[in-house]
Amino acid sequence: MEKRIYTVSTLTREIKEVLEKSFPRLWVEGEISNYKRHTSGHLYFTLKDENAQIRCAMWRFKADELRFRLEDGLKILLEADIQLYEKSGTYQLVVQQLQPAGIGELQLAFEQLKKRLQAEGLFDPERKKEIPLYPERIGVVTSPTGAAIRDIVSVIRRRYPPAEIILYPVKVQGSGAAVEIAEAIKNFNDYGVVDVLIVGRGGGSLEDLWAFNEEAVARAIFSSHIPVISAVGHEVDFSIADFVADRRAPTPSAAAEMAVPDRSELLGVLAYYRERYQNYFIQKLNTYRDKITAFKKSYAFRRPEDILYQKIQRLDELWRVVQSAMDYAMERKKQRLLNLKLQLRTLNPQEVLRRGYSICYKDGQILKNVKDLKTLDIVQVKLHKGQFISQVQMLGESE
Amino acid sequence: MKKGQNFEKAMKRLEEIGEALESGDIALEESIKLYEEGIQLIDFCQKKLNEVEKKVQKLSRDSEGKFHTDQLDGPVSEEQD
Repeated sequence: MEKRIYTVSTLTREIKEVLEKSFPRLWVEGEISNYKRHTSGHLYFTLKDENAQIRCAMWRFKADELRFRLEDGLKILLEADIQLYEKSGTYQLVVQQLQPAGIGELQLAFEQLKKRLQAEGLFDPERKKEIPLYPERIGVVTSPTGAAIRDIVSVIRRRYPPAEIILYPVKVQGSGAAVEIAEAIKNFNDYGVVDVLIVGRGGGSLEDLWAFNEEAVARAIFSSHIPVISAVGHEVDFSIADFVADRRAPTPSAAAEMAVPDRSELLGVLAYYRERYQNYFIQKLNTYRDKITAFKKSYAFRRPEDILYQKIQRLDELWRVVQSAMDYAMERKKQRLLNLKLQLRTLNPQEVLRRGYSICYKDGQILKNVKDLKTLDIVQVKLHKGQFISQVQMLGESE
Repeated sequence: MKKGQNFEKAMKRLEEIGEALESGDIALEESIKLYEEGIQLIDFCQKKLNEVEKKVQKLSRDSEGKFHTDQLDGPVSEEQD
């Protein structure tokens, strides 16, 4: 019998045929090693288990669809065609699709991106910007038709109507959403007039919220000069955007609450200031009036009369200022004026003296400190009714 | 200058004035000035807070990079660049 002699090419071709026919498209499980990404965008790696290994290639147009990154040690499940490459006599798996084993691909992509951006410093607390206390304009990046914008508008209108709301409408899910959101954040930065940005959408599945877990959005938030409040989903869902944002709100409504102060609270603060200033001012003027009255009545008063009259004239001017302040207060709040009058009465020095206090003068000056006295000094003491001259016998401690 | 920043400055100044007045050791003339400044700032802030709400605006950018704003509920156009 004649021997059959193959050429290398024929033999290889026959092996290729047998191999590729006996193993139509198949699923394999294993662990990645020797992973390399070629500059062409094609991916190469070895799939292995304890006892064997097989080379794999994933062409660029498939590789670009991957949401997570391949890395050595990653356990995966892949669908592939087996292919023998005649030129080198080697066979490999050409990967059609690939998913992580034991964990969802979105989960894995999320964990990977989170780890990578964290290492790069995108979540650093010291990089976070302050949210302004009293924003004039609030930029919102969300869908024009979702519940998020409705909630944000209603909260801001309730809490702080003077704020202006500017919406940049974007797609918040589906392909291209991440790019639109990132663009909108950049555009707001170019536009420049808003003081704070709210970026987000209402709740949904991990798939629905996915745009907010994409790198493009994370980088746009990080690069924003305008402080960003993220508002993605409902309460528990954390997104990558939440980690990068200057503040994270659990819902769009909560983001609106963070963005603006409460108007009625602020009006209360202003009313309090007005009252505090007026009370203080009236007290201050009363003190001066008392001093001058004391001068006028003092036996020890030795200054030329004209200084006295200058003081009296100044006092009259000051009273006019107080008067106008009080007229103003009267127009605004009659009740408050009544309170002020009541206070004026208790502050009147005659009332104070009536309660048993006395005023002590030396050389016409009201004494406030024992340090201004020496033993044997002559002082004048004014009581509610009458006055007397007294000589200092002994000095106590000043406190 | 942004009005929002003025509001923030005014609120900060009001706090300062309150503290200065209550510290007690300022001259009468100075306290009158502070008092009047304070009342003016309070009036300014109250006016600002009582402004009426504005329509929600919608921002977009065309292919030439120009910005446009419309009212959200109706496309009445107002151009800005």
